[in-house]
Amino acid sequence: MGQIPIYMMLLIAVLTIGGFVYNRSAALEKFRAARAAAGGRMAPTAWHSQASYHGYFTAWIVGLSTLAIFIIGLFIKGSGTGFNVAWLVATILTGLAAIILTGRKVSGQFRARTYVERFIQGFLILLSVIAVLTTLGIIASLLFESLRFFKEVPFMDFLFGLQWSPQTALRTDQVGQSGSFGAIPVFAGTFLIMLVAMAIAGPVGLMIAIYLTEYASGAVKKWVKPAIEILAGVPTVVYGFFALLTFAPFVRGFAESLGFSVPTQSALAAGVVMGVMIIPFVSSLSSDVINAVPQTLRDGSYALGATESETMKKVVFTAALPGIIGAFMLAISRAIGETMIVYMAAGKAANLTANPFEAVTTVTVQIVALLTGDSDFDSPKTLVAFALGLVLFIITLLLNVVALTVVRRYRAKY
Amino acid sequence: MTDTINTKFTCRDVRVHYGDFEALHGIDIDIPDRGVTAFIGPSGCGKSTFLRTFNRMNDTIDGCRVSGKIHMDGQDIYDPNLDPVLLRAQVGMVFQKPNPFPKSIYDNVAYGPRIHGLTSSKAELDALVEKSLRRAGLWEEVKDRLKLSGTGLSGGQQQRLVIARAIAVSPEVILMDEPASALDPIATAKLEALIEELKERYCIIIVTHSMAQAARVSDKTAFFYMGDLIEFDDTDKIFTNPGNTRTQDYITGRTG
Repeated sequence: MGQIPIYMMLLIAVLTIGGFVYNRSAALEKFRAARAAAGGRMAPTAWHSQASYHGYFTAWIVGLSTLAIFIIGLFIKGSGTGFNVAWLVATILTGLAAIILTGRKVSGQFRARTYVERFIQGFLILLSVIAVLTTLGIIASLLFESLRFFKEVPFMDFLFGLQWSPQTALRTDQVGQSGSFGAIPVFAGTFLIMLVAMAIAGPVGLMIAIYLTEYASGAVKKWVKPAIEILAGVPTVVYGFFALLTFAPFVRGFAESLGFSVPTQSALAAGVVMGVMIIPFVSSLSSDVINAVPQTLRDGSYALGATESETMKKVVFTAALPGIIGAFMLAISRAIGETMIVYMAAGKAANLTANPFEAVTTVTVQIVALLTGDSDFDSPKTLVAFALGLVLFIITLLLNVVALTVVRRYRAKY
Repeated sequence: MTDTINTKFTCRDVRVHYGDFEALHGIDIDIPDRGVTAFIGPSGCGKSTFLRTFNRMNDTIDGCRVSGKIHMDGQDIYDPNLDPVLLRAQVGMVFQKPNPFPKSIYDNVAYGPRIHGLTSSKAELDALVEKSLRRAGLWEEVKDRLKLSGTGLSGGQQQRLVIARAIAVSPEVILMDEPASALDPIATAKLEALIEELKERYCIIIVTHSMAQAARVSDKTAFFYMGDLIEFDDTDKIFTNPGNTRTQDYITGRTG
């Protein structure tokens, strides 16, 4: 087939646009003729749709029918000059036929606008269905592969096992061929880093939001806001090597000066840098929410003799709290799903620990480690990645549901 | 006007600027200590701006400047040593749109007393909340649902809740900025009856767009036009025999 599909697409575009232009002017001519025949004063019922709608109607019919021919041709998978010529001719004939047939329908009574609006509605529905189907497809593939994994490793052993060492032998005669797939250490690592990150990003982001919305002058806002948003634009891999090469050695040096010996890679280093990464996330979402609290509430508080900080703490903050909780939940989902920083700075060893100075590993890091490199896609070693992904997906889904429920339940009516 | 009524506010040459724009061109007025004073005038005449100078709410607006003298009981309220926060505890305000906080009815009323530390025990606070709600004529309607959100009340109830909230910090003055403009006629009638009761205890200044309301509730009326105070006199006189033709044109509906 070669280049044929591209030419076909161009042809379809030309036919569609040509059909639009041709039939719009045809409709305009008929309309003018009808108006002239009526002596310049037409009854409101005499002509339904504007000329451009007749054009759009033609364009839709031409576009859809020629596209159908194009897709049928693709499915037949024919080859050779004969097939290509037939395909091309069929497309052109279909397009022209559609232009002529819809052109004949142009009249004051034909409700082109109604049809065009229905086409557009159908198109919009189709787009949203595609988005939903994609999500369902991802869930289905996660579920399907996870079930294959759970055939080989019991579900309970995976979910509640305390040992994570997913090595399986490449050849069956090797020793230690069965790995252990207890996910608890991996998820514990994820949550430890998430907690460290939120301990940084939560308070700092919220304070930034409060300062920027309530206290900062226009000039300060003008400079500080973009500066913070730059933080959000830094690629995560840059954060990753900043964490690994700059911040982690600093953490180690600090701990050593206190008499501890810690590895370079640690939950603290990754968590703090990840916290810095999601600060703009928390601060911009929270400041939107705080801005949305109406001025009349602040005025009401000031008029009672409340100071700025009393107003902030007791009125604005409580009014904005549901939205702030929502912002935090979104930030947590972001932290749990983040990969690059932890891959570089947190380590690969699955330690079950609550000590942030130790190296831990996270779900996302393990998924990357399991699926990169040479591995066949039938061993538990790779299938476990899908199971991890599924559990991670369920956790973030639950977080979002909880966040939405909290927000809806306590939403303030101003 | 009898001599026994003292002057609450003495204003001399009060000017308010928003940036380069002068909204009020030197107002001189003496507001009596008891009773209701109404500010009337067409939209944009500066009456709301003038109202907000009495509790320094204009301070919260960027680029707003107030000059001239406003004395409350002889004290200059624009004295740099005076904390507007303390002034606002004495001069309560009710806004055009009811603005209860998204808190319970009880917490709405208890908000002011709590931040000013007016009560020392829970029982005292309970009593103050009840007293304020009774004075605002809302107690009977809400006494069984004090824990429910103040934003769930009807518009008229919300406006009386906001008045209870203002009363709770025992102000001497209550400023009302078109308090009935978002209310239906029945809620408005209740609000006006409440104003009638409150004027025995408080100095009330009300901005209103309704001529009839000004005539019904106020003892004195001030007519503003284009940033100037045109006429200030007893309400009866303003509405029956105004001294200025512009006042007459406005209250008879010929301008504004």
